[in-house]
Amino acid sequence: MSLVIVQPKPASFAAGVVAAFGAFFGLFFGTSQGSGILGIIAGAVVCGALAWAAVTFLREKETVGRWLFILIFAISGLVTSGLSGMVFGGLLGWLFGVITFFVASGRYRTAMPPYSTPGQVLWYYAFRTIAGAILVFLITPILVVMPLSFNAEDFFTFTPEMLKFDPAGYSLKHYRDFFTNSDWQQALWNSLRIAPMATILSVGFGTLAAIGLSQPHVPFRRAIMAILISPMIVPLIISAAGMYFFYSRIGLQGTYLGVVLAHAALGIPFVIITVTATLVGFDNSLTRAAANMGANPITTFFRVQMPLILPGVISGGLFAFITSFDEVVVVLFVGSAGQKTLPWQMFIGLREQISPTILAVATILVCISIALLATLELLRRRSERLRGMSPS
Amino acid sequence: MSDTTQTGPIPDKPATGDETGKHGEMLSADGRSLKSSLNRALRRQKLRALMLIAPLLIFVLVTFIAPIADMLFRSVENDIVTNTLPGTVEALDDWDHSVGEAPGEGVYDALYFDLFLAAEAKEHTKLGTRLNYEQTGLSSLFRSSGRGLDDVGDDYLDALEEVDERWGEGDFVYRLMTGTGPSETGFVADRVRVLEKMTSETLPGDVGFAPSEEIRQLLPATTLAYTDFATFTALVEEDVVAEEDPWEAVYVGLIEDLQTADVASYSGPEAEALQAAKAADIPLVPLKQFFADEDGDWLDPNVWATIQTYSPKYTSGYFLNAVDMQLTPDGISMRPENQQIYLKLFKRTMFMSLVITGSCILLGYPVAWLLANLPASRANLLMILVLLPFWTSLLVRTSAWKVMLQQQGVINDVLVWLGLVDDMNRLVMINNQFGTIVAMTHILLPFMILPLYSVMQGIPPTYLRAAKSLGATNWTAFWRVYFPQSVPGIGAGSILVFILSIGYYITPEIVGGTTGTFISNRIAYHISSSLNWGLAAALGSILLAVVLLLYWAYDRIVGIDNVKLG
Repeated sequence: MSLVIVQPKPASFAAGVVAAFGAFFGLFFGTSQGSGILGIIAGAVVCGALAWAAVTFLREKETVGRWLFILIFAISGLVTSGLSGMVFGGLLGWLFGVITFFVASGRYRTAMPPYSTPGQVLWYYAFRTIAGAILVFLITPILVVMPLSFNAEDFFTFTPEMLKFDPAGYSLKHYRDFFTNSDWQQALWNSLRIAPMATILSVGFGTLAAIGLSQPHVPFRRAIMAILISPMIVPLIISAAGMYFFYSRIGLQGTYLGVVLAHAALGIPFVIITVTATLVGFDNSLTRAAANMGANPITTFFRVQMPLILPGVISGGLFAFITSFDEVVVVLFVGSAGQKTLPWQMFIGLREQISPTILAVATILVCISIALLATLELLRRRSERLRGMSPS
Repeated sequence: MSDTTQTGPIPDKPATGDETGKHGEMLSADGRSLKSSLNRALRRQKLRALMLIAPLLIFVLVTFIAPIADMLFRSVENDIVTNTLPGTVEALDDWDHSVGEAPGEGVYDALYFDLFLAAEAKEHTKLGTRLNYEQTGLSSLFRSSGRGLDDVGDDYLDALEEVDERWGEGDFVYRLMTGTGPSETGFVADRVRVLEKMTSETLPGDVGFAPSEEIRQLLPATTLAYTDFATFTALVEEDVVAEEDPWEAVYVGLIEDLQTADVASYSGPEAEALQAAKAADIPLVPLKQFFADEDGDWLDPNVWATIQTYSPKYTSGYFLNAVDMQLTPDGISMRPENQQIYLKLFKRTMFMSLVITGSCILLGYPVAWLLANLPASRANLLMILVLLPFWTSLLVRTSAWKVMLQQQGVINDVLVWLGLVDDMNRLVMINNQFGTIVAMTHILLPFMILPLYSVMQGIPPTYLRAAKSLGATNWTAFWRVYFPQSVPGIGAGSILVFILSIGYYITPEIVGGTTGTFISNRIAYHISSSLNWGLAAALGSILLAVVLLLYWAYDRIVGIDNVKLG
């Protein structure tokens, strides 16, 4: 793999590739101005010519060439449609600059074996483009929500002011609404009251059971495991229906306790799975060693076992917390108006009186999930480090 | 827990214990044979493991498994008819619906007293609602008839008061009904149980009334009506029986009884008033006639056939409804064409889940391949793009799609701006199947990518190179070498996505409109809007059966223990 041949390509080749890209973007530019075909031709000609010129005269001065691209596109963007046009044009110029020199220098072949056919090279990049588009599909909805939450209007789309980067088009009013509206505050407070209690219950019971399950000889292990995992498998609507029927029979429907118990049950599988996974790498001779040195079982648990499985327990707890914090179907049925949680309030907002405050809440929740994701990643690394220390 | 120190060192030993056991007696420190000592330790260890698991197991059984069992039970439970109309159901036993005639006088008598008690307890409308699921019109029939029950008794009371002023007084009737001699406490207890079943409440306390055996023999219908009145007054309304004016049903019973009763020989309290009432010879309105006047439908044999069909305590009716069939007096039949919705809904749920699973495979496969074949540092970076949606609240993602797919939303705006779509003909992408499929594909895609990724990581890239060096084309190498090895990942991901999607509720509810909803939306509708809990439970049970079947398949292919998160 060390054999890499980078051959500079002729200017005409680079110009051709860039012209194809130019035609693609020109199509959209053309349709927005009235004629698609004209756009294709114009895009191809302009971009191809620019690329040819850049490669012919600036092949050795790549940085200058790239900046020139950015400058040309940004200025033409500024002339046609103002500030937002400049930003957009600058991005486009950057892209064309990169492509032009990437192709012209022949660097695009470095990732492939030197004997690859042009078709294989084309497929290699086409495949990456497809996969990239899918990743964009995955992340776009989340990225779109964030700027929209700063909308100064009560619209769910970008206003012309926002697109012009006019400060008047942006405001924090939806956030203000979230923090001052009593409905939203009550919902937030309910969520914060329910989720930690449910988490404590599921982590407490779940950790004990996971330790029990990871002992070498457990009768009916599979059956027990199936029962404990079942809240994750059974569709939420069925759990919700069953809990609604049963809890109204025993008078728990519409109570705080009922919701907490229901959410704890839903969080248990996550605790069981993460903690048993951590315990797989746990070295049992450590507890024996502790016992050998005179520690009683409780000391052994808290001083030896617990610190080692703590990362697993915490990440199980985070899973349980997020399950309860995000859960809406079960609380919709088991809870009453007094237990209206944040997701419930969002659900009502989406179904009935759709208000942009939802987008502000959504942005806050995305930030929370980013924080959780980071915490989990750190915990995973720590757990691996700890397990790496213990002999296996 | 306290014996950890003793049994701690033993677990790895049983194998060696068996070995040494063959050679003869090997004794442990306490003088027992080593084998039995080890067995005891093993037993203790099992017990300790179970003790650790027990709290959670009980917790899950109570908070989760019991509700599921309750739902399964509710899908066949049907005791409302026997509980509300116990006498009628019994009287209806001998009636044969195939004759095509309304039942005889006795059934209407029983119906009157049952319905009177039910109307007082306000249970008759619930029964009407229940029977209305099976035959429309029964709800209003029960409701309107419940209102008119007093009239016939009022007429009798007026006639009786003309004979003797005291008939309307509570303590007079109380004295008459209490009588003398041994009293029927068992009968009162029976009626209390009937009332308890009807109201589904436990009613502790003392009725403070019991009819004498003599009076019960003399005036059976009156005793029944008065005992019901007494139990209801004492236990539900918590009043003193003797101070309250009796129900109108008591006088209906009295007039009926007086037609045949031999009151001349009765000598208990207020016997002479009874004889005077008999002598007045108040004309009897047959109750069948009364019900026919209230509502002609009461003479309709179909109404009675429905009541009879749904009188058993358990019914398959809900399950049959859930698959567009119905339980009729003549057996099981399909519902009329225009009422068949559930099979269609099940099919649609299956179809859309398959489409969602398919698009998840199509979109997930390239991404998983890319992640598995990139150097670790870059793969981890791209993994964030997969994990972030996975960790983001479901409602955030659903609201994002609602915002993007709307007619005035982001996607339409971009398309209009690009000139690809005319401003007047914006695309309708929400509140239909398309909206549900797009949003749910996005939501479930990480569940496909993650198992695919972990399987693909285990496929050595050298296989592909070997295939190519042996002369395979790119496509052959992929299709014959790489793809078969990635099939377990596709299987695991598909089952996971499919299981999750057929039970989805929130997203279809918000972006699905009417054509993009799933069976779960119908279940929710029956629980919260139409209140047909039995049907909701039956639909839920069928869905649960499908999911468990798939889960079993998942366990076969992947194994429960291999479920991994993140």
